[in-house]
Amino acid sequence: MSAVSVKPRTASSGKADRRTMDFASLGLNVAGVVAGVAIWWSLTGSGVVGLPRPPEVLSRFIELLGNGQLLRDTAASLARVLTGFLLGVLLAIPVGFAMGWYKVARALVEPYLQFFRMIPPLAIIPLAIVTMGIEETPKIFVIFLASFLASVVATYQGVISVDRTMINAARVLGAKDFTIFRRVVVPASTPFILVGVRIGLGSAWATVVAAELIAAQSGLGYRMQQAQLYYDLPTIFVSLFAIGILGLTMDRMLQAVERRLTIWQERI
Amino acid sequence: MTPKIVFDNVTRRFDLKDGSFLALDRFSLDVADGEFVTVVGPSGCGKSTALNIAAGLLKASGGEVTVDGKPVEGPGPERGMIFQQYALFPWLSVRDNVEFGLRVKGEPPARRREIAERFIDLVGLGQFADALPKTLSGGMKQRCAIARAYAVDPVILLMDEPFGALDALTRVQLQDQLLETWSRERRTVMFITHDVDEAVYLANRVVVMAAGPGRLQEIIEVDLPYPRTEEIRLSPEFTAIRNRVWHAVYHQQPAQSHG
Ligand SMILES: Nc1ncnc2c1ncn2[C@@H]1O[C@H](COP(=O)(O)OP(=O)(O)OP(=O)(O)O)[C@@H](O)[C@H]1O
Ligand SMILES: [Mg+2]
Repeated sequence: MSAVSVKPRTASSGKADRRTMDFASLGLNVAGVVAGVAIWWSLTGSGVVGLPRPPEVLSRFIELLGNGQLLRDTAASLARVLTGFLLGVLLAIPVGFAMGWYKVARALVEPYLQFFRMIPPLAIIPLAIVTMGIEETPKIFVIFLASFLASVVATYQGVISVDRTMINAARVLGAKDFTIFRRVVVPASTPFILVGVRIGLGSAWATVVAAELIAAQSGLGYRMQQAQLYYDLPTIFVSLFAIGILGLTMDRMLQAVERRLTIWQERI
Repeated sequence: MTPKIVFDNVTRRFDLKDGSFLALDRFSLDVADGEFVTVVGPSGCGKSTALNIAAGLLKASGGEVTVDGKPVEGPGPERGMIFQQYALFPWLSVRDNVEFGLRVKGEPPARRREIAERFIDLVGLGQFADALPKTLSGGMKQRCAIARAYAVDPVILLMDEPFGALDALTRVQLQDQLLETWSRERRTVMFITHDVDEAVYLANRVVVMAAGPGRLQEIIEVDLPYPRTEEIRLSPEFTAIRNRVWHAVYHQQPAQSHG
């Protein structure tokens, strides 16, 4: 989930061409998934591996969906992810811009950034719990930190990699600093920022589950933690699928936004 | 008549790790109002440096450039610039690119649109006004950049190898179009090129520069009438001037000893 491709996507020549490509690869995707389930089934069916079989997982899914627990857990995790992620990104974008634009800001912030980047956000959890209690705050804080660190670097990279010639072109057209910032630097670094946002979302998901594993009374991570105590593998599977599917859906949504906002980019 | 642009002993040093590098040494040149001057010279002879100083994008280490008698202190819309890499804003349509400088100036929307329309038509991009740069060919991109520079009504156009990245045929077409535009919307033009034919075809005068350190070598008058045509391009007079420029560029004496 956190593996977001930073390279520009390759475009195919025409629309019709792309559509057939899409259908072909979609077919392969489905075939791959079906094959995976089949292998899972055949391996677990013979009882060789101690994992639950697909029907068990499916019936647990229906049960958890029916009694509302899955929705409650999902909502709890999602709320944490979204809150932490949005706060992180909202702070990361101005900080990243400031670092890219003002040498002073860069010099001030960079040491902290480099240092905290080396600490996995999860390592902050014990500290966060001790200082912030076991309520929502420490979990959201850790997610916030994870997504902030991921997107601030991307934003900063975006700002410093804006083509000098483009800035010069704006200057000879009479633009002053603020206009250059708003009308050149911001749009030119949007693709970078969006990549950062996607990476940030990935880290947010990676962090929420771990945070819930350690201290929570709700959420998908908490549910897995409980299930682990009772050796309840189907519930663990359902939770894992829920996390994967939710993460994937959100990533796809961001990708769609990204495509819309960067439609002007030349794709090789 | 007083000249439009005056380079008065313009010198530029670049600081390097070990000492400094003299990129432009006491470069002096007067460009008359409405004149079309081309600049040729070997790579690294300071052509872009001189142009960027005139644009206000680079500071001179010594001497100064004046435009209409006023020293250049920074970039300004009265000095338009066109870059080899086009430097269009890729997220803006052709129209919005051309309107960029007008928006900066604070022109009202209706007036912006009217002016942009005029220059987009002038460079023959009328059908592509709403296209994004990525859908344009290199020649079309450069035409868009020319329209963008013209739209803010500069008194001077500074062009740094604007056609350098284009194929030979497109280049010749754009040369004719540029001259056509120039004859209708007369501006003072300073145009850098590597192409001796291009330099002679476009110019009133060809400025030849030399390298090591970058300096003025020779100024060659092009005594050919406008409009320039294919006939002129094939004439013996053209060939004679072309050969003189060629000789001045490619058979330069090495510089006297210099830091
Ligand atoms: N920012 C810089 N720092 C150090 N040296 C520089 C810098 N910019 C240019 N130079 C040097 O100054 C010299 C002149 O550069 P300039 O770009 O003006 O050459 P040019 O005549 O435009 O060459 P070309 O035809 O290749 O574009 C070159 O030797 C170059 O290496
Ligand atoms: Mg150059």
